[in-house]
Amino acid sequence: MAPVDKEMLTQFLLRMGDNTLILGHRVSEWCGHAPVLEEDIALANTALDLIGQTQFWLGYAAEVMGDGKTADDVAFLRDAWDFRNLLLLELPNGDFGQTLMRQFLFDAYQSILLPRLMKSSDQRIAEVAEKASKEVAYHVERSAETVVGLGDGTEESHKRMQAALDRLWPYVGEMFASDEVDAAMATAGIAPDPATLREEYDALVGKVLSEATLTVPDSDFAHKGGRTGATHTEHLGHLLTQMQWLQRAYPGATW
Amino acid sequence: MSKEWPLWEIFIRGQHGLSHRHVGSLHAPDAEMAIKNARDVYTRRNEGVSIWVVEANNISASSPSEKGPLYEPSESKIYRHPTFFDIPDEVGHM
Repeated sequence: MAPVDKEMLTQFLLRMGDNTLILGHRVSEWCGHAPVLEEDIALANTALDLIGQTQFWLGYAAEVMGDGKTADDVAFLRDAWDFRNLLLLELPNGDFGQTLMRQFLFDAYQSILLPRLMKSSDQRIAEVAEKASKEVAYHVERSAETVVGLGDGTEESHKRMQAALDRLWPYVGEMFASDEVDAAMATAGIAPDPATLREEYDALVGKVLSEATLTVPDSDFAHKGGRTGATHTEHLGHLLTQMQWLQRAYPGATW
Repeated sequence: MSKEWPLWEIFIRGQHGLSHRHVGSLHAPDAEMAIKNARDVYTRRNEGVSIWVVEANNISASSPSEKGPLYEPSESKIYRHPTFFDIPDEVGHM
């Protein structure tokens, strides 16, 4: 592996781990609330997969950071401005359709990114990517099928899915907004520059959305500030108060 | 059109060489989603290597009210059990 700046590598790992952590938490909010039992269990499984992936990413991030930190420290003891997840993933769930639309938009991204990471010059990252890619292959199949089913469903479900896409599309562009962290990763052969994934992403997403009879908004406007940590939405803080409550109230508690 | 998803009966093969076994049922809009739901509901703890799904209304079942004519005649036919042969000791446990 080519030498890489420790701070840059940490940022990259936080982006990967915070994405799966924050989305995993959001999806877990459906537990006991999904419209049917089968979807409830499926969403809980997805959330658990994402949290599982988080343990690897944030565990590695903690090691690189040093100071004897663990994945739990990183997940539960940072404040909103330290998080590096995409804005898309911290947005509230909305209805079931919006939740599944977001899941698909993210699953599609992961399904293109992870196979590239399997060739990472960092052996550890390649191994995590290999394991996660099997879960993600299933996630994207399931979420794509549900998006098609609801988009090309009843008048009501179609209307809701189009509204979800219109609401979420401005948050897709951030996935591909490269910066100096991405440049450092690309130079070291650790990860691809996300901007190079856009074409493949648009092809995959375009195919599924057209099958779902949905129209991709004709705008490239992109909300940014999540993966850099510069400007999170107001929703992240609220999410953290729930997710981090126990460790904040009872520091170091274990069970 | 009914608004409810149809009911599917789920059969899982636990390991290679065994038969698929009925494990329960679930609702799904079509066969493909039924397989996915079965994967999520019934194989989360590594229970299976193969899944069959059958829409429940495609299964024809015997009627409990006919259990007399169906099953009682065989109760008195003990000669259908192969228990009247002397097995040589050398055969061992069969």
